[in-house]
Amino acid sequence: MKEYRTISKIAGPLVFVEKTEPIAYGELVNIILSDGTMKRGQVLDTSDELVVVQIFETTAGIGKDSGVRFTGETIKMPVGREMLGRILSGGGKPIDGGPEIVPEKRLDINGAAINPYARGMPADFIQTGISTIDGTNTLVRGQKLPIFSGAGLPHNKLALQIARQAKVPGSTENFAVVFAAMGITKEEANYFMQDFERTGALERAVVFLNLADDPAVERIITPRLALTTAEYLAFELGMHVLVILTDMTNYCEALRQIGAAREEVPGRRGYPGYMYTDLANLYERAGMIKGQKGSVTQIPILTMPGDDITHPIADLTGYITEGQIVVNRELHRKGIYPPINVLPSLSRLMNLGIGKGKTREDHKKVSDQMYAGYAEGNDLRGLVAIVGKDALSERDRLLLEFADLFENKFVRQGYDEDRTIEDTLNLAWELLATLPVEQLTRIDRELISKYHPKLKAGAKKE
Amino acid sequence: MVYIGCGERGNEMTEVLTEFPHLEDPKSGKPLMERTVLIANTSNMPVAAREASVYTGITIAEYFRDMGYDVSLMADSTSRWAEAMREISSRLEEMPGEEGYPAYLAARLSEFYERAGLVTTLNGARGSVSVIGAVSPPGGDFSEPVTQNTLRIVKVFWALDAKLSQRRHFPAINWLNSYSLYLEALHDYYDKEVSPEWNKIRSWAMEVLQKEAELQEIVQLVGSDALPESEQVTIEVARMIREIFLQQNAYDAVDTFCDMKKQYDMMKAIKTYAELSYAAQLAGVSPSQINAVKAKNELAQIKFIKDYKPELAKIMKQMDDEFNTLRSAA
Repeated sequence: MKEYRTISKIAGPLVFVEKTEPIAYGELVNIILSDGTMKRGQVLDTSDELVVVQIFETTAGIGKDSGVRFTGETIKMPVGREMLGRILSGGGKPIDGGPEIVPEKRLDINGAAINPYARGMPADFIQTGISTIDGTNTLVRGQKLPIFSGAGLPHNKLALQIARQAKVPGSTENFAVVFAAMGITKEEANYFMQDFERTGALERAVVFLNLADDPAVERIITPRLALTTAEYLAFELGMHVLVILTDMTNYCEALRQIGAAREEVPGRRGYPGYMYTDLANLYERAGMIKGQKGSVTQIPILTMPGDDITHPIADLTGYITEGQIVVNRELHRKGIYPPINVLPSLSRLMNLGIGKGKTREDHKKVSDQMYAGYAEGNDLRGLVAIVGKDALSERDRLLLEFADLFENKFVRQGYDEDRTIEDTLNLAWELLATLPVEQLTRIDRELISKYHPKLKAGAKKE
Repeated sequence: MVYIGCGERGNEMTEVLTEFPHLEDPKSGKPLMERTVLIANTSNMPVAAREASVYTGITIAEYFRDMGYDVSLMADSTSRWAEAMREISSRLEEMPGEEGYPAYLAARLSEFYERAGLVTTLNGARGSVSVIGAVSPPGGDFSEPVTQNTLRIVKVFWALDAKLSQRRHFPAINWLNSYSLYLEALHDYYDKEVSPEWNKIRSWAMEVLQKEAELQEIVQLVGSDALPESEQVTIEVARMIREIFLQQNAYDAVDTFCDMKKQYDMMKAIKTYAELSYAAQLAGVSPSQINAVKAKNELAQIKFIKDYKPELAKIMKQMDDEFNTLRSAA
C-alpha cells in the first residue's frame, strides 16, 4: 500500500493531502504519526490535486512528516452476535474491559437506501407502558418516532423507561436495544449504564458511548455504527431492534463544525445545506423488509435549543420522521412525569398499529375524544385566569376539570409503572365518563354502550 | 392519477404502495392502482433524484393529458422539493436568496404550477392536468418563501391548521384562511346540479363562522355567558357547522365521502335549526333551554348514516315539535 508524505495543511479535524492518484470519496484513511501511532480518518472531498481527510480523533500530533495511507475501501464495521451486552466507544471499540469483538461479518456503515417497494408495512403495535404514547401517540414496529425535548428535561429517563418496557404484547420474539449516545457527559453515561445494569436490560443491548469530550468528528459515525449493528441484528439475525439515539442536537453540532472547517457555504443558522439529506440517511434506516423477520424501530432524542420547535434540527427531523413526542417544560415544572405534551405530539403510523385485533376497537375514537377534550379544556385555562371559574358555563367547567384530570391521571405515571394498553384505555374511559355523554361526539353509540363505565352492561345505575 | 412522493418517508411510501392496490375505484370497480402512477422518492435517496421527481411526475401527467385523459396530480411535498433546490444551489456555491433558497425559487415554482391546465389535444379531444401541491412550512409559518411564492401562483388554498388537528378536527382545513377563486366560475354549476339555494346557504355559513371568530375574541375575555342571548345562539350554530358539517371521519365508511346533495341537506338542516333558535330566542326562550333541544344531538349522527333521508325527516319533525313546545311555554 502506498504511503503519501504530502500533507499540506491541517485545519481543525481536517487534514489536506496532495496526491497523484485517484482517490475515492468516503475512503478509509490511516495516518501514521512519526512515533508510529495510527489515527483513522475518512475522505471528505477529493479533486485532482487535493484530498480532504476528516480524522475521527484529535488531529494533535499530526505533522507534515506523518504518513497517509489510503486503504481503498469505505468504512466497514465488524459485527457479530456477541455484541449484545457490550459497551463500545463512539468509534466502535470495546470500552468495558472485555475482549475484542470477533466479527461474523464486516458491513459498510453507510447502509443502503431501502426501496419503498421492498419495505414491509409497519403494522405491529409496540407497548411502551406509557399512556401518553400507547394511548394517544402509538409507536409501531419499524417506525421512527423522535422525542423533542429541551435542556434540563427528563428525556433520558423517558428513553430508558421505553427501552426497558417496550414489547409487543403476546409476542415472544427476540428483542434487542441498540443505544447510541453522542456527546453526552460522563455523568449521564454512568446513569445510563447503572440503569441498564439495575434493570438487567444490558444483556439484550448494545451500547455505543461518545462522550462530550470525545472528538466531535467521531459523533458523525457513532449513529451509523449503531444503525449498522441494528440492521445486522434485525435483518441477519431476525431480531426486533429498538435504536435510541441521544442526543441528535450534538450530532448536528458536529456536522456544522465540520462544515465550517471545510469552508462550506452555511445554510440556516450556520448548519450545512445538506443536513436534511444527512439526517434522512440516518432516520430512513428504520423499517422492515418484506420477507424478513426482523425490524428496526428508532427513537432519536433531540434537545431543541431554547425549546424552539422551529429550530432547523427539530424542523428537519420532523420532516423525515413519522411524528414526534414533545416533552414540555411547563408540565415538568408542575412535577408531572413523564412531561409529555400530547397536543403537539403525533404518531403518523398510529392508525396502522391500533384497532380491533391489534389493540382494541375503541382505541382510535377514544384517543380522538381525549385529544379534543384536553385541547378545549387547555384553552379554557387562559379564560379562567381572566374571568374566574364562576363565569364558566357548566360544560366549560367540566372540560376544565377534565384537562386537570388528564394531566394528573393519564399523563402522570411512575418511572417503573408499566401500564398495559387495556389499563390505558380503561383509564381513558374513566376520565371521559366525567363528561356528559352527549358531549362524546367522536365515539359512536355502540362503543359508548360497550365501554362507558357508567352505561355499559352491568354498570351500577346512579 | 399521478402521485409524487417527493422526499417522502419510506414507511409512508410503503403504506401507499401496499394500500393502493387494494383500494377499489368507485367508478370502475377495479383496483384504483390500475389508473395510478406513483413516483416513490424517499428522503434518503440522492438529492438530485428528489429535485427530478416532481418533473418526472408532471411530465407523465402531461403524457396522459395529451391522450385526452383528465389527470389529477398530487405533489407531496413541494417544500422538500424546494429544500432539494436549496441544497444543490448551496453545493454549487450560488448566491443564496431568501432564507438560503436560490433566487430562482419563485420562477421554478411558477413554471411547475403553470403546467396545470385544460387543453385541446391535436385530435380535438379535451385533456387536463389538475395539480394539488402540498407545502409544509417550518413551524407552520406561512410567511416563509415557499408558501408565499406558491400562493402568488395558485387559485385555491387549503390552509391546514395545527390547532385544529390538535383538537382532532379533521380534515384540519382552516375555514377562514382557506379560499377558492373559482367560486364565481362554479356558481352556475351549483345552481343547476345542487340547488339554487346552495350559493346563498354557503355564504350564510361563512358569515356565521366569521361572526363566531369575532365573538370568540370577546368570549376569550369575558366568557360566553356575558354575550347577548342572540349571539350565544350564533356561537352554538357555528359550533354545529364545525362539528356536524366541517368535520369528517375518513375512517368511517359513510362519513368519508359526502356528496354535494347530502352536504346541502345537512347545511339546510343546520340553517333551519338556526332560524328556529333565533325565533325562539325572540319569543323569550332562554339560551340554555334552546341548547337543551335534543334533536340537535341527533343531527350529529346523520353523517354516519348512508340512507339518511328518512332519519333526517324524523329529526326535523322532532326539532319542530320541541321548538313549538318551547315557544308555547315561553
